[in-house]
Amino acid sequence: MSAQDDTAGVLPPERPPRPWPWEHGRWRGLLLQAVVLAAVVGLLAWFAANAWSELRTFGYGFMDNTAGFEISFKLTDYTRESSYWDVLRIGLLNTLLVAGLGIVLATILGFVVGIARLSPNWIVSRLAASYVEFVRNVPLLLWILFFYLALLPTLPPTKQAISLGDALFLSNRGLFVPKLHWGDGAWTILAGLAAGLAAAMLLTRWARARQQATGKRPPDLLMGAAAAVGLPVLAFVAAGMPVTLEFPELKGFNFRGGLAIQPELVALVLALTIYTATYIAEIVRSGIEGVSKGQSEAASALGLSRGQRLRLVVIPQAMRIIIPPLTSQYLNLTKNSSLATAIAYPDIVAVFAGTALAQAGREIEILGLTAAIYLTLSLLTSLVMNLYNRRTQIRER
Amino acid sequence: MSDASLQREPPDRPWSALAVEWLREHLFSSWTNILLTILSIAFIAAVVPPALDWAVFSAVWSGETREACLGEGKGACWPYIAGRGGQLIYGFYDAVERWRVDIVYVVGAIGIAWLMIPRLPGKLWVGLAMVFAFPLLVYVLLSGGLFGLPIVPSSKWGGLLLTLIISLTGIVVSLPLGILLALGRQSELPVIRWLSIGFIEFVRGVPLIMILFMASNLMPLFLPSGWNPDKLLRALVAISLFSSAYMAEIVRGGLAAIPKGQREAAAALGLGYWRTTLLITMPQALKISLPSIVSSCISLFKDTSLISIMGFFDFLQVIKAGNSDPAWSTPNTAFTGYLFAALVYFAFCFGMSRYSAYLERTVGGGKVGTGKA
Repeated sequence: MSAQDDTAGVLPPERPPRPWPWEHGRWRGLLLQAVVLAAVVGLLAWFAANAWSELRTFGYGFMDNTAGFEISFKLTDYTRESSYWDVLRIGLLNTLLVAGLGIVLATILGFVVGIARLSPNWIVSRLAASYVEFVRNVPLLLWILFFYLALLPTLPPTKQAISLGDALFLSNRGLFVPKLHWGDGAWTILAGLAAGLAAAMLLTRWARARQQATGKRPPDLLMGAAAAVGLPVLAFVAAGMPVTLEFPELKGFNFRGGLAIQPELVALVLALTIYTATYIAEIVRSGIEGVSKGQSEAASALGLSRGQRLRLVVIPQAMRIIIPPLTSQYLNLTKNSSLATAIAYPDIVAVFAGTALAQAGREIEILGLTAAIYLTLSLLTSLVMNLYNRRTQIRER
Repeated sequence: MSDASLQREPPDRPWSALAVEWLREHLFSSWTNILLTILSIAFIAAVVPPALDWAVFSAVWSGETREACLGEGKGACWPYIAGRGGQLIYGFYDAVERWRVDIVYVVGAIGIAWLMIPRLPGKLWVGLAMVFAFPLLVYVLLSGGLFGLPIVPSSKWGGLLLTLIISLTGIVVSLPLGILLALGRQSELPVIRWLSIGFIEFVRGVPLIMILFMASNLMPLFLPSGWNPDKLLRALVAISLFSSAYMAEIVRGGLAAIPKGQREAAAALGLGYWRTTLLITMPQALKISLPSIVSSCISLFKDTSLISIMGFFDFLQVIKAGNSDPAWSTPNTAFTGYLFAALVYFAFCFGMSRYSAYLERTVGGGKVGTGKA
């Protein structure tokens, strides 16, 4: 257009100045990483130097020593002469016991409350909502202390224990239930149970094949349940009834025999259950609400009742949304069971990271091992979770 | 066809007919529903009147000693709470010095209220003052030692004061730390990513009690022998680190929800990493994750009750200790104490969650990434 433009084209193009290494993205990244790494390593080295006198003697040899203290609640053998390894085993079992009981009960309660919140019945849904709002906004520790220090002491003393058919006794000393005695040949029952479960699984597979072929499904659930219950019972009778029940009996000031469930355990499980159930209820509710409305409309167009719609159409799809956060609630419950320390229920933290630590010193070894156990539990859970997620992901069409 | 023709309700129906229809639809739509209604009403009738009677109508409201609360048919023992009021609010803070705590409460309440009421101006300055100047004021006022104020050691702080100090510190520290950790976890630089992942997963995999045990047992070992940091400081570090790992995962969830186009558009405009993060992705991510951030703050507030494990007398612990005080020993003392504690915790937590719902409606209501946000 003009002469000036032409001459501009002739001039050598102006190159931007070469960036300094730290202005260049890649170099800057490397530099930043090197600085951060050096800082972290330096910090760790500084920590190690400070704790050198402790770290020099690091080792788990002391775990073979005799612990020398009694544990108030144990599922397997433990005496004053047992080692610290046994303390760890008892504590871990107690943690797993609380977590297992809590998970089962909280899941049941949580599903009931979550579904109740979505009930078309206004009073039921308001009741469920009030329960969730009140219980979850109060600290778990308060619930544990409330059950243990306020509610359970109001139960009658041992002499006037509330009894259920002379088998279960509830008093301020805890819950007493019949104990199973495993005699010789008791393994046949377990074998029967395994065979029954295998038969039930085969039945389900066969029933599914029949349904595909004929459109009619044989009553596989019923037959499977019969196999799973019947075979162990058969084995039990055939082996000469090797398992007997030992009932608790009132002798003097306390119960003898049977299995004594401490008030600490009762309070802890109760508190963990009602507290975690509120979170599970919210997960269930949002899971069910997350299933598109067309699904349940289509189901009702096919003539399914509300119960059938929930059971056959909505919940199976909602489970995909529910399961991942549900698992993390299970993990939370397991971690929260460490609040046992506050009421001296001998879980792993109370008895191993607490009593054993106070007695043996060895802070680094004991706390490290306890943390490693919790981490293993969470890593295992998230591993299983990822596998599950991969299996159930919706395959987009 | 207009929408009006789809409306089922003619507007001129009497309210009684509407009420009957509502009842029929919500309470008596089927036999199971009727049964559920009857059962629920029976449950409410069995639980609510006795509970109300115990807590209000038969409760003892005045009196000086435990004798006032003894006797048949008496309910909650409220004079016990009144008698403990000082300890619940101030802990074991020296009585003559309590005005210092009062100043902290008043300034804190004004500052937080200022930040929470949307209409008030100058949010940025008040916010900065609350984050930087206020903690300094709290520290100087409460510890003393300066300006001729007598020293009050942190072992004497307690009650609601301690609970609030720990939760506010935890919230103020964990949010920025959590944001940094979330960015670290999303980073393309492997060293930073793996360090962030390691920290977050370690903290989240371990119960808070373990972290507190480590703060009280391990931290002194790993520091030079002369240092011996204050126990409260150790608890604050532990709680803040714990909470920041959870905050990091929340912020990461928010970041993951930002459409890729936002980042690409920012790159097309020539914005670098930090400007993209500060101006484009992080504001939107924080807005999306606001409900989760608030619920994490609520969890933190409840979790502060665990510091009693380290021997502190926080609000819950003051109640627990008071319940076993022989001077107020009555059959109703423990119930009254825990009910009161539950109501206080509930008021704080429920208040926070309502406020978050309100914010969601007003501020964070817009959809992210549509240009309308």
